[in-house]
Amino acid sequence: MAATTDAKTGGMGKDVAVYVCLLVLAGLQFMIAYQNIDVSSMAVRMLCVAAVEGALALLFFMHLWENRGLMSFVIIFTVAVILGLQYGWPDALRLYNGVPWAH
Amino acid sequence: MSQADLTMHSHSSALSEPTFSIPAKKMAMWLFIIADSATFAGCLFAYGFTRTATPTWPRPFPGITNVAIMTFILLTSSLTMLIGVRAAHLGDKAKAFMWTMITVVLGIAFAVLHLREWMGLIDEGVTLFHNPWGTPLFGASFFCITGLHLTHVLGGVVALLAVGLRYKGGRYNADDLEITGLYWHFVDLVWMFVVPLVYLLNLAH
Repeated sequence: MAATTDAKTGGMGKDVAVYVCLLVLAGLQFMIAYQNIDVSSMAVRMLCVAAVEGALALLFFMHLWENRGLMSFVIIFTVAVILGLQYGWPDALRLYNGVPWAH
Repeated sequence: MSQADLTMHSHSSALSEPTFSIPAKKMAMWLFIIADSATFAGCLFAYGFTRTATPTWPRPFPGITNVAIMTFILLTSSLTMLIGVRAAHLGDKAKAFMWTMITVVLGIAFAVLHLREWMGLIDEGVTLFHNPWGTPLFGASFFCITGLHLTHVLGGVVALLAVGLRYKGGRYNADDLEITGLYWHFVDLVWMFVVPLVYLLNLAH
């Protein structure tokens, strides 16, 4: 607990650095939005940037870096949920491309 | 010694070791955050599915100014929340309360900008069940996802106000402020995924 308190009461430098990184990453997302690429590529790039932003916020703003056991729990659960939700993409492309049984 | 005392003493060794070495209140907030993340993930994936499967999906947003300002406000509010929690852990109650209230003001500013954007779209004819530029699913998905997020923002504003005032009054401590701050950072984290999917992919080029 004392070590955690010391980590919490340390300098603001790390927090400001993470904040600046988040602003830069958000700016990167806006730049990607104006690239001349197809929607699926744009979505993949933006989601990759969003995942990095989310990781920075989780690890440093939400202090997950200071509790490795909880971090492992959150990572495992999050990955499981995201993988479970991926089943919808092939069906979306099937409907969009009009392959058999699309209607 | 009462039965309750006997129960407490016999279980004290199990209760004295918090799960994952964090307090129960913080664990409860993390479990809530994980559950809420699953809700937003489901909504956003359903939105992605619908958008991919609909060739006539509209691109109604002319620019990025409003969403950029909203993103900046929300990211800055996360930083101000961090400053407030840090001050609370250092024992500076006045500074912690001030930065918490600054976070509240930024949250309200975000909500006002968001509602202003909503009114603009509604004036153009976009509703839950109607979309003048194509599939009505656009209106439904846009208002549902952004509405769910806005509800979370407003709930966070109320929670920060309540916890901030009670912290100032001495009823809550720094850990309680930190736990409320966790929720606020989660709201910001969700926005980082809502912006690219709902706004940036639908920019009018």
